[in-house]
Amino acid sequence: MRRRFILSRLSDLVVVLFGVSVVTFLMIRLVPGDAVAIMLGANAEVTPERMDELRARIGLDQPILLQYLDWIGGVLTGNLGESLWTRRPVIDEIAAHVWPTIQLAVLSLVIGATLAVPLGVLMARLRGRGWEIGLQIGSVAGLTVPSFWLGIMMILALATLAPSVQMLGYVPFTQDPLGNLARLVLPAIALALPILANLARLVRSAMLDALQQDYIRTARAKGVSERAILYKHALRNALIPFVTSVGIMTGYLLSGAIVVEQVFAIPGLGRLLLGAIAERNYPLLQATILLVTVVFVAVNFVVDLVYAWIDPRVTR
Amino acid sequence: MAGASASLRRGPSRVLLVAGAFLALTVAAALLAPVIAPFDPLAQSVLARLQGPGATHFLGTDQFGRDLLSRILHGLRASLAISFGAVGLALLVGGTIGLVSAYYRGWTERILMRLMDILFAFPVMLLAIGIIAVLGPGATTTAAAIAIVYTPIFARLLRGPALVVAQSDYVMSARSIGASDARIIVHHILPNLASVVLVQMSLLMSTAILVEASLSFLGLGTQPPTPSLGMMLSEGRNFLLLSPWAALFSGLAILVVAFVLNFFGDVLRDTLDPRLR
Repeated sequence: MRRRFILSRLSDLVVVLFGVSVVTFLMIRLVPGDAVAIMLGANAEVTPERMDELRARIGLDQPILLQYLDWIGGVLTGNLGESLWTRRPVIDEIAAHVWPTIQLAVLSLVIGATLAVPLGVLMARLRGRGWEIGLQIGSVAGLTVPSFWLGIMMILALATLAPSVQMLGYVPFTQDPLGNLARLVLPAIALALPILANLARLVRSAMLDALQQDYIRTARAKGVSERAILYKHALRNALIPFVTSVGIMTGYLLSGAIVVEQVFAIPGLGRLLLGAIAERNYPLLQATILLVTVVFVAVNFVVDLVYAWIDPRVTR
Repeated sequence: MAGASASLRRGPSRVLLVAGAFLALTVAAALLAPVIAPFDPLAQSVLARLQGPGATHFLGTDQFGRDLLSRILHGLRASLAISFGAVGLALLVGGTIGLVSAYYRGWTERILMRLMDILFAFPVMLLAIGIIAVLGPGATTTAAAIAIVYTPIFARLLRGPALVVAQSDYVMSARSIGASDARIIVHHILPNLASVVLVQMSLLMSTAILVEASLSFLGLGTQPPTPSLGMMLSEGRNFLLLSPWAALFSGLAILVVAFVLNFFGDVLRDTLDPRLR
């Protein structure tokens, strides 16, 4: 891979990460009115002494540039500050909530991506047989079904059909692997459906595109079987756009998980964020948003590199 | 672009007409909600709580005895208004940024597009939640948050084609006869991007409906007692086993409105770019 490509991507990455940190940092400073009074007001009686104390504690009495340097210095050395009210390190709060979300997101991605390949190939094969409009309606419905509603309907169906099944909440994998997966499978399916629809459509159009290429005609002329053409020649090339969309999917998953977690009572990042908003715990909120966004940006960076590795044309 | 105009000259396809008709029907139902809703969406009735679908209340009632159909129609109206406002604002701001970048190039472009990259780096819900945490929950804040999240999408969408159009012969000739920058952008560049914009608006309004519903579901969007589909779903969830109708129908309504918008955009895109149909 070209070094210049990687270097330019790296410099983009640094600029974006810097920008993201500034935006996140400014959040608390942009709160209309006095952020300190609002934070205090959500949890305790507001007195001038308490306000001064809190202001000093989170450094809001310093010049803004100094505040940023202080904050970013902490972030870079792994110190995300402490949660406002519990005084626990923010990093511990996040660590306590991050695993259910990661598990849910990964499981959804696996379900969606695994099913999308055969479904997309099938959709490409059904082209021009009068199925087109039905497939289009089905895939758009899959794209637009609200995951949280789907989750609620699944809970309703299961509660009616099999009331004894325990499906809400979360148990760590290390404690009870089967119980862990059993509780995650419904939310993962609810979250995976739009991904499945999206990826299957992508595979379909990439397959149709690939099947029109010259190398397919060459393969046919050589007498390669239709099956081998479809799965060996066309599908391999059709999977390239599949890789790039994983980056976008990650963003969707992180967003969707926040909501679906609430439906299934999963104590993940969604609960942490909503709790932080309810008690105006801005330091915790900032750190969580920053960390999740950095992960999202990093995933996209890796996807870019993988894409360039698969298809070296993009580095030129 | 040549293919696009050719296929439009042949007239819109039947599918596009049907998709458009469903979209028009949904929008009409939302606009006419105050007229066609059989009940006041806020009127409570202790005697008619948690009813199933019936002759008086077609879709049943909620935990306060409020008519579900009327609440859904009003909620639909609020959802569409928020998503249209958000996407419209994003188009206005993002589109301007994209056009200005493409037209002036150089440092203007570099700085503006970098800012867009930074906004685009946040996962949608996270940025929206951050903005709402700053501005406070509510319908207006939700619209503003979604608009900010979508601004980079329009900036990127319009910059590309605008770059091509800005280099084209007819823009050169417009410039040579002394047309002003603003005139060239408004009269020569924008009309050529109309179809791309319409497709994207329709698709983004569909996702905006889902984001708005998610935020209301989490209690961060429209605040009670104003009807909103996401909040109805969240309230209905508490009575799920007692009376599933509120959760069922409010979710279906979200699906239907998101679907008609997305389907319309999808079919329109196929019509304009028929390569892979």
